Amino acid sequence: MAQSLVRKIGRLGLISAKERNSASLYVTKIRSATTTTTTTTTTTGEESKSINLFTAINQALHIALDTDPRAYVFGEDVSFGGVFRCTTGLADRFGKSRVFNTPLCEQGIVGFGIGLAAMGNRAIAEIQFADYIFPAFDQIVNEAAKFRYRSGNQFNCGGLTIRSPYGAVGHGGHYHSQSPEAFFCHVPGIKVVIPRSPQQAKGLLLSCIRDPNPVVFFEPKWLYRLAVEEVPENDYMLPLSEAEVIREGTDITLVGWGAQLSIMEQACTEAEKDGISCELIDLKTLIPWDKETVVVSVRKTGRLLVSHEAPITGGFGAEISASIVERCFLRLEAPVARVCGLDTPFPLVFEPFYMPTKNKILDAIKSTVNY
Amino acid sequence: MAFWLSRSRSITNLLEKRIGLFKILHERSKGSLLHSRISGEFISKNPHEFSTKSAAAFLATGQRFNSIKTGEQQVELASSDEDDDENQALDFPGGRVAFTSQMNFISESSGKRVPCYRVLDDDGYPITDTIYEQVSKEVAVRMYSGMVTLQIMDTIFYETQRQGRISFYLTSNGEEAINIASAAALSPDDVVLPQYREPGVLLWRGFTLQEFANQCFGNNADYGKGRQMPIHYGSQKHNYLTVSSPIATQLPQAAGVAYSLKMDKKDACAVTYMGDGGTSEGDFHAALNVAAVMEVPVIFICRNNGWAISTPVTEQFRSDGVVVKGQAYGIRSIRVDGNDALAVYSSIRMARQMAINEQRPILVEALTYRVGHHSTSDDSTKYRAVNEIEHWRAARNPVARFRKWAQSNGWWSDEDESELRSNIRKQLLQAIQLADKTEKPLLANLFSDVYEDHPPNLQEQEKSLRETIKKHPQDYPSDVPL
Repeated sequence: MAQSLVRKIGRLGLISAKERNSASLYVTKIRSATTTTTTTTTTTGEESKSINLFTAINQALHIALDTDPRAYVFGEDVSFGGVFRCTTGLADRFGKSRVFNTPLCEQGIVGFGIGLAAMGNRAIAEIQFADYIFPAFDQIVNEAAKFRYRSGNQFNCGGLTIRSPYGAVGHGGHYHSQSPEAFFCHVPGIKVVIPRSPQQAKGLLLSCIRDPNPVVFFEPKWLYRLAVEEVPENDYMLPLSEAEVIREGTDITLVGWGAQLSIMEQACTEAEKDGISCELIDLKTLIPWDKETVVVSVRKTGRLLVSHEAPITGGFGAEISASIVERCFLRLEAPVARVCGLDTPFPLVFEPFYMPTKNKILDAIKSTVNY
Repeated sequence: MAFWLSRSRSITNLLEKRIGLFKILHERSKGSLLHSRISGEFISKNPHEFSTKSAAAFLATGQRFNSIKTGEQQVELASSDEDDDENQALDFPGGRVAFTSQMNFISESSGKRVPCYRVLDDDGYPITDTIYEQVSKEVAVRMYSGMVTLQIMDTIFYETQRQGRISFYLTSNGEEAINIASAAALSPDDVVLPQYREPGVLLWRGFTLQEFANQCFGNNADYGKGRQMPIHYGSQKHNYLTVSSPIATQLPQAAGVAYSLKMDKKDACAVTYMGDGGTSEGDFHAALNVAAVMEVPVIFICRNNGWAISTPVTEQFRSDGVVVKGQAYGIRSIRVDGNDALAVYSSIRMARQMAINEQRPILVEALTYRVGHHSTSDDSTKYRAVNEIEHWRAARNPVARFRKWAQSNGWWSDEDESELRSNIRKQLLQAIQLADKTEKPLLANLFSDVYEDHPPNLQEQEKSLRETIKKHPQDYPSDVPL
């Protein structure tokens, strides 16, 4: 499904807001993976294929299991391929002892993963939806995050990676839409990473799996099928804690992550028509985050806008905003703007009202530039 | 397996104590068949093969789960397979279940409480018909010395806290037998995930008094680098994962550890401890279920000491304690007298053998009593009777009971006792003195190990903190070297 909607946009691998808004891709059980099969060869001679985000995740998991015999993939319903198809083919190829279903128990999944990782394994755990990660909150916050520190580096669970689909999807309501990243950004000892596109997802996920620290990796479920781009077939990693300027500009800096970047990109394009030059930064890793890249950009543009789907109050945008005001106060020409989700539970019928849409961002860009 | 049958009149008695399945088997076979099967196989290398095999054979022929009739005390779990045809059984993804015309609810309890396995009576004599693993003089003396050492550690560290020299302490008084005897029954390769009232396991494995003192003082020789409260011990070389305060979080982790041991085909299991209160946590149930489903070699040892801080077990659960929770998860379980070192030792030896040979979790509920306060932050006389504490301290003392047994064997004397106590006391006082004099960890340890590397935010914060310290040195403890 949604195959006709899929197209590649530039090097971002992003989809248009219109496509995203018209797409209805929230499905919990899909019979078979749909992947495109166009193969191209890059200038470096490496093969790449145009694939969607879940296929990119799937490729990363294949590589992770193939390159490390001590790697394991587990979670609810992962054996048959997962409700989003991210684990397709893994159990067949690597066997039931390395790719397996767990009982429906998030604290059990993460606790089990910590123990497995503590024994020197790569434990790649899936929490089926980020909305359901909270039963595992204690295991993540009090156990995984402090495992190394509290033991004086005698023990660690750095091999643990927790993957979880997050964010809006068009009709997910309260419990299939949330963006809980800020809760985890308040926890020293773990990393939080969110990719924006298939190419990013594959490279970042492999980095997370191989990183010597526990990582929470949130996957933008809206993009699982909609975002398609050329993804190298080989094993590659993208650096953590390094933000990327994905669009250069001079008038205002926009900072975001994950699926929201496609909306921000649309706003940047619209703003350009009004002669406003926007610089767009993908933070990628939320903790420990790359402050320097944002600081350098804001020193250039003098203005900052942060956007995320999660509720505005206490969101990670607040942290970015405060940090940049601390460092760039005299250079700022306008208050830092935040275009985020509302401080309500994530709604169903009212989702279009709740969301930090393109026009909300566009308005904020204009009022910040014209402050 | 050197199991020692002491005047065993009936093998079935002892099996009944150890195998929940026995009841089913017994009823099905009316005894006779089973007896012959068992007597032939019991002495074999794996004494539980019989149960698995015959149970599997039995189950394969079909089974029926009947609920009890109102008022009946015993749940009859299985009956003959005559009724098992298409019309009378339901095939569903979880297996084949017989239909019944009786609307019977399974009773909330079996009526009779699960008995408690013990070897020694209160006077330290082996009770009639008991079966237990023989303990050599050398091991027995070492076990007894370990229990006494734990007692002395508790007394002296407790006093040290009262003097204000360490910030906190938590005793194991009353639970010395569970600590030491369970540790003695394990192999050093078994990975231990403690709660926090099991320092005796670490002691048994060779963690020195100096190492205990270093942790309690949080000095620069503490492996935890002064980051955690006293008693949060951990030692990589002893396969003893660092204690964390949250209750029961270690239990699902133990299942993951055990899965790794299983994948590596190690001759070892994971062993994890909890209190009675811990069994109310979600993590307990998560752990038992995932361990059972994943078929991993892990021993869950519950120290049911009657009290979770001030909450008595009567306000903790309505079940017959903890042991009965195992069966619901498909886990073989036993209840033992936690104040009987030989019973703990024997049951953990057997649990370990079954866990590893059969790749399965085992639940052990050890009944005991927390003779001390919950911790130095607690005064338990505010919520429980002093004479109750005294009864357990005196009449049911696990160390005294084991000593009587060792003395009756001629392995221990009053002279040995006073020599041991004075030696340990001396060593411990020296260790404390040295730990107290040893410098605190360097300030840099505040920032290291949060991550494997040192991210910029922490570098920045360390730099800023150091500038503040220079400006306001009076705000900071002078004994932490910069």
